[in-house]
Amino acid sequence: MTQVVEEPGTAEELLRPRDTPGRRIHDVLHRLPWLSPLIVLILACIVFGLANSRFFRLENISIILQQTAVVGSLAVGQTLIILTAGIDLSIGAVMVLASLVMAKLVNDNGAPGILALLAGFVVALVAETINGVLVTRIKLPPFIVTLGTLSIYTALTLIYAGGQTISLNPGGLLTWTGQTIGGGGFNITVGVLMMLLLYAIFAYVLQQTAWGRHLYATGDDPEAARLAGINTNRVLLSAYVVAGAVVGITAWILIGRINGADPNAGLNANLESITAVVIGGTSLFGGRGAIIGSLIGALIVQVFNNGLALAGVDPNYQVLAIGVLVIAAVAADQWIRSVKS
Amino acid sequence: MTTASPSTERRPVLQARGLVKTFGHVVGLAGVDMDLYSGEVLAVIGDNGAGKSTLIKCLSGAMTPDAGEILVDGQPVSFRSTQEAREAGIETVYQTLAVAPALDIASNLFLAREERRAGFLGSVLRMLDTGGMRRKSKEFIDELGIRTLQNINQSVETLSGGQRQVVAVARTAAFGSKVVILDEPTAALGVRETGQVLRLIRDLRKRGMGIILISHNMPNVFEVADRIHIQRLGRGAGVITPQSHTPAEAVAIMTGATTLDAAEPGTDQAAASGRAQGAPTGPSAQR
Repeated sequence: MTQVVEEPGTAEELLRPRDTPGRRIHDVLHRLPWLSPLIVLILACIVFGLANSRFFRLENISIILQQTAVVGSLAVGQTLIILTAGIDLSIGAVMVLASLVMAKLVNDNGAPGILALLAGFVVALVAETINGVLVTRIKLPPFIVTLGTLSIYTALTLIYAGGQTISLNPGGLLTWTGQTIGGGGFNITVGVLMMLLLYAIFAYVLQQTAWGRHLYATGDDPEAARLAGINTNRVLLSAYVVAGAVVGITAWILIGRINGADPNAGLNANLESITAVVIGGTSLFGGRGAIIGSLIGALIVQVFNNGLALAGVDPNYQVLAIGVLVIAAVAADQWIRSVKS
Repeated sequence: MTTASPSTERRPVLQARGLVKTFGHVVGLAGVDMDLYSGEVLAVIGDNGAGKSTLIKCLSGAMTPDAGEILVDGQPVSFRSTQEAREAGIETVYQTLAVAPALDIASNLFLAREERRAGFLGSVLRMLDTGGMRRKSKEFIDELGIRTLQNINQSVETLSGGQRQVVAVARTAAFGSKVVILDEPTAALGVRETGQVLRLIRDLRKRGMGIILISHNMPNVFEVADRIHIQRLGRGAGVITPQSHTPAEAVAIMTGATTLDAAEPGTDQAAASGRAQGAPTGPSAQR
């Protein structure tokens, strides 16, 4: 039998081929999935700033941030689900339904703001829990489940709204999220701050708690996670429930943004949240990505929309640019995930 | 031959008595007995369909036997899940390598047994003791003498197959388990990596763990095993040692070309006593 001799030298030898420049870039991107989106964001800002000096004005930066608040917050919930190798096509519909419940209870029923807020929050929680139960108990693919519930929740929203849009008077609790703070041209809303707070909380939860690690492990390799002793079904379900809580808060931010509730307001939010997550470097195959990337992704979308508009480009090209970004992001993810050892 | 510990009275850490498992008309196990002592490597060999996997699945809690008894430290147990087996100190390393590729080595070692910080940070904010877990992982990996794993913060997917296997095996050893079941740990590995894993198996034996090694690789089995349990057609065809029999004889018993009695009656008992002194030697599968 061959006796294998191992010296530290041989181990180094084994690891050395990895140190080619391409390999090194690969390693860095692998460790920091938000890095390439951040570079794209910075480059985009520089280019748009050069194209039109108005881009870097405080007013314009404020507008971009305010426009990011809703999709950015929604992307927090979407990230949790995509990290488990799932996807939520209904997340925007849930948000609109919850916002409508909140606004209608105040407007039509004269309910106190706090009660309306809680009721809408619970609606979002229940709607996402239903998604989670269908995925974990009946073992349906998340894509199919949420494609179905997208229709169901959209229909419920339209039925409940009865063709009405609700506008609320400013000053109430529900529209508090739209209140601006700041000065000297730089004005962000309470909603923007809440979005940033959501990112801070979930960056902590995902990196520093066992639940976060189990979420990654479950999305990465569910069989390995299960064999390691993780109750993967419970982790999956919890991802949807927690996402539901995030969606509930986002519904509140949405009301502040549009000063009311509109059953047709969030039609694109489902896909926009997925776009933000994907551009932000989180893998659709699960287990990889950082939540901060989704914020960067949401910002990239708004910066492109805003910058191209300022540069006087036909709005249709904005949509085209986002499409190119999505495909580039997924291609980059493929490359990052392909590891040869 | 180096004995693990000069224990005076050796009791099997894991025993199987008359295990039966059927799948419809197919008999997986037809009454199998097995004894595993701490500080020994017991190889399980057998042809395809001999019941190796079924035996292992029963012992690791992945399957429940129809009849028969499993004893841990002499106490009857019945596992309803692999988690229950793990809690009883029986860890299994699966052929599929149960590691999460995107997580780093330390996170994998502590997966599902994460440690939290002390005080407010840990109890209220549920903050993990990432630094502490890394330090312990490093210590443990060093202790096992695994020099190829240099960076504990490396994600597991950047490791070679052998290194991943080492992480998976180290993971089972890190938490004070008594028994490790290794299912074809060297199947996909090169020569150098196989050597690495075999050395790790010896290290675990030295630490007094009982190891069950399922392998098709006869040279590996004969290199590292103390005793060899041969499965044939759902039954234990006997227990031999690398000293009492040659690989060719083992294969002959495995395939039914000969029986243990015909091959060399009696000798395995003498050889086994070198390891299991004072213990009821003949793991009673000899017929």
